[in-house]
Amino acid sequence: MEAVARKPGTVTPAGGVKRGPLTFWERVYVVEAARGVWITTVHFFRNMGYHFLHLVGLAKGRQAAVTVQYPEERRYLPPRSRTRHRIVRRDDGSPRCVGCMMCETICPARCIYIVAEEDPDPNIEKRPKRFDIDLGMCVFCGFCVEACPEDAIRMDTQMVDLAAYSRRGMILTLDQLLAGEPAGPVESINALGERVHG
Amino acid sequence: MPKLTIDGREVEVAPGTTLIEAARRLAIHIPHYCYHRGLSIAGNCRMCLVEVEGVPKMMIACHTQAADGMVVHTDNDKCREYRAAILEFILVNHPLDCPVCDQAGECKLQNYYMEHGTAGSRVDEDKVKKRAKAKQIGPNIMLDSERCILCSRCVRFTDEITHTHELGITERADHSEITLAPGAWLDNRYAGCVVDLCPVGALTDRDFRFKCRVWYLTAVDSICTGCARGCNITIHVNRDRPHKAGGTRVMRYKPRENPAVNQWWMCDAGRYSYKQIDHERVDSAAVDGRPVAVEQALDASAAALKRAAAAVAVLCATTATNEELFLARALFAGALGGHAAYLAPPQGEQDDLLLLADQSPNTRGAQEILGTEVRDPVGWVKAHGVKAVVVVGEADLTGLKAEVDHLTVIATHPGKAAAQAHVLLPGSVHAEVEGTFTNHAGRVQRLRVAVPPIRGAVETWRLLLELAGRLGHPFDFAFEDDIFAALASQLAPFAGLSHDNLGRRGALLGSGAPQPTEVV
Repeated sequence: MEAVARKPGTVTPAGGVKRGPLTFWERVYVVEAARGVWITTVHFFRNMGYHFLHLVGLAKGRQAAVTVQYPEERRYLPPRSRTRHRIVRRDDGSPRCVGCMMCETICPARCIYIVAEEDPDPNIEKRPKRFDIDLGMCVFCGFCVEACPEDAIRMDTQMVDLAAYSRRGMILTLDQLLAGEPAGPVESINALGERVHG
Repeated sequence: MPKLTIDGREVEVAPGTTLIEAARRLAIHIPHYCYHRGLSIAGNCRMCLVEVEGVPKMMIACHTQAADGMVVHTDNDKCREYRAAILEFILVNHPLDCPVCDQAGECKLQNYYMEHGTAGSRVDEDKVKKRAKAKQIGPNIMLDSERCILCSRCVRFTDEITHTHELGITERADHSEITLAPGAWLDNRYAGCVVDLCPVGALTDRDFRFKCRVWYLTAVDSICTGCARGCNITIHVNRDRPHKAGGTRVMRYKPRENPAVNQWWMCDAGRYSYKQIDHERVDSAAVDGRPVAVEQALDASAAALKRAAAAVAVLCATTATNEELFLARALFAGALGGHAAYLAPPQGEQDDLLLLADQSPNTRGAQEILGTEVRDPVGWVKAHGVKAVVVVGEADLTGLKAEVDHLTVIATHPGKAAAQAHVLLPGSVHAEVEGTFTNHAGRVQRLRVAVPPIRGAVETWRLLLELAGRLGHPFDFAFEDDIFAALASQLAPFAGLSHDNLGRRGALLGSGAPQPTEVV
């Protein structure tokens, strides 16, 4: 390590790295250029070798190149990553949201639009008539999830490829939000509490 | 005159003054639910307990009379401990409904809990369910008994203020709940006031239900336009979130205390009259029914008025502000040498609490500024040989168009006046301008801008000012208070008054200057 690494730079107060002066061999250039070509060549033949072995069915456990073959392959996302929102359903399929507008209030990007209406069940009383999230404005801060008193909005779909051909298309409606599915098994908030707090 | 000490400060009060009122004189707020200055004293919530030195038990500040030499503590450890205990007790059966409750954000339970409450409840028993959950008890009122803390303010209101006795408390102990009297329906003229009185979310307004959260609203002081009483109100406007309630800007009216006018109340007719501000407005100028730009319409109107020379007149509805009326008078009766008069206000029902038969807010102002009342516009125009008329506001002008060469109407809503107009100009309503109204008793009261003129409309005073400029008589007024200053300098009853010194409670005509605000 010592032999390969150059003199470590010093970190400036502003957070940048200040390199020390170049050594004689670095200033000569040709040596450093040759070293770079060597590194590239080693990786090339190493990857070629593994690709060839994969073709004949060998060394399946070793990865050849670091490139992820998106979209067929997906990188690992930690389970708690904040990704596209979904609205959680009750057992009967109705949205758990009661239209309290806490998420709309806390949202720093003002990208949530809720209109509430009367729920026919007086014990539920209130439900969202309209619940739109403008993903074109969303900053994925997750405050809406934190603020929700009903655990009705979650960001656990692991959907990150969000694109549309128009700004209008970036707006998710209640139906689209209800269609979202959790990517992995969902731990209920109560079970989570029991696990954490005993 | 008893002299007592509250929290180390001395105060002298009239005999019979309660401790809560004496503390108010010192700007000390004692938490309370059931006490209301407009109602009799019930003393049932126990939230206002204070310590009086020499008395072994805590005393309720709302019903203990001040005595000479009393030493009262309202905020020591003992008071705070009692308050926390009372709150815990009140909350025993209160549901965790805040997410769906319209009161959230203006709820005294929430506010006092944050200020005085304990961290958690020690009650393990299930909450007692009441019978009425989201139950309609009147055309505009919802009752939720679970949220009720039984302060009885609403019951006392229907007993003492409206004398209609619709409400009562039935059952015993934790089964007690607010109930309608057999066969009754909470539909009296002032029913909406029980929603303002309710310190929690037990009584809510069906009209406001789920429309908006209260913390989205901005409150602006204004005057109700429902009748000549001129009840003081705050207009609650949703400025930032236009997706609520179909884009309506004004969400509700709430009465504002003014002991000289409406005390704490307002009638339902006035309360729900806010709807006209955003509903079916005239949003474009028109010439002979064709929509045109406001400037073109003003040009057309000015050209027609010029042709009529001095045979011009202005007829103002009594919904116009004092400033608009004065401008109309100064232009038409003054500069142009024509006539200025006001249209007889429409009459409606009347009662012995607030509602007056005269259904417009500024009839007295029109009497003072324009003087002449016109009941028959057609006859009046004939009698004065008027050729061109400008009408400000709504009125029945049937037959007027045939009598004159030109009729300009500054209208806010499509109606009988707008339908007759040669030139139609989109004007402003009271919530869109600074200004003043003079109520039936001659009290001049301020209006403040709650919302800008609705898209397409222009402030009525600005339209009159533009018209004056086009007719060769420009006025040097930049804003509404300049117009009022000119009005005050030219008309004796308004002398000494200005927008700045009217304050929150207004001032009587001829008073010279507003009386200092007294603590009531």
